[in-house]
Amino acid sequence: MDCEQTIREVYTYLDGELTSFRRWQITRHLNRCPPCQHGYDFEVELRHVVALRCHDEVPEELKQRIAEAIGLFEPRPELPESGD
Amino acid sequence: MADQANFAELAMPYMDALYSAAMRMTRNPADAEDLVQETYLRAYRGFGGFQEGTNLKAWLYKILTNTFINIYRAKKRRPDEVDFDDAEDFYLFRRLGGLEAAQAGKTPESEVLEAMPEQVVKDAIEALPEQFRVAVLLADVEGFSYKEIAEITEVPIGTVMSRLHRGRKQLQARLWDFAVERGLVPQPPQAQSTERATG
Repeated sequence: MDCEQTIREVYTYLDGELTSFRRWQITRHLNRCPPCQHGYDFEVELRHVVALRCHDEVPEELKQRIAEAIGLFEPRPELPESGD
Repeated sequence: MADQANFAELAMPYMDALYSAAMRMTRNPADAEDLVQETYLRAYRGFGGFQEGTNLKAWLYKILTNTFINIYRAKKRRPDEVDFDDAEDFYLFRRLGGLEAAQAGKTPESEVLEAMPEQVVKDAIEALPEQFRVAVLLADVEGFSYKEIAEITEVPIGTVMSRLHRGRKQLQARLWDFAVERGLVPQPPQAQSTERATG
């Protein structure tokens, strides 16, 4: 297993979709090759950052609308806004 | 057979994730809201057909993805949605100094990643062609397996893998472009002659 092969398969490795033998080969190469290990660490962090930054908060009003639509609770009666 | 009475309790916790995915798919809040609402209504109506004990999250994403493709895809197609040439593997890492910097014991790339603003990441994902965008979202944001993505998007696993491969490379190229555009990385990107001690 050389650097080029490792880099080519590193995403499949990260995805946990390699056979255990292939997985072992890549792990062994990463352990022995600091530049590849460094690149791998970067890819792990990149994926983490992408997942972390892709979050949006559901608007409360949408939650309410869906909850009402699926009968989770009765629609709120039309009341004037109560101002605490 | 799943009991409709359990639907809310089981399905509501996924709404945040589904809404985030819907935002990336439709690229605007109004359509994302409609898409999520339509997804929940369809899921609620079809809940009797859901096999309890199987993957509810994947089932909901399948409805979301189908609804998106059937309703919203035809409607909105940005003129700037182009298929970029594929970048090389480890593109971003290489552009940031990557292997050479690693050999020299410098690690500036992870700092760039940490400083990457939310909007840049969202814009980069949203700039991907639709099929790549959906595959990357399902894999890298939601953590679905190739097999699950194949089932959700109704394509063979080989197609999932190639969409992911190309989508991820294009995502890195987009991230790099945005990082340069917004001055997150020094310009010009080649040769940093100044010695920077880390730590």
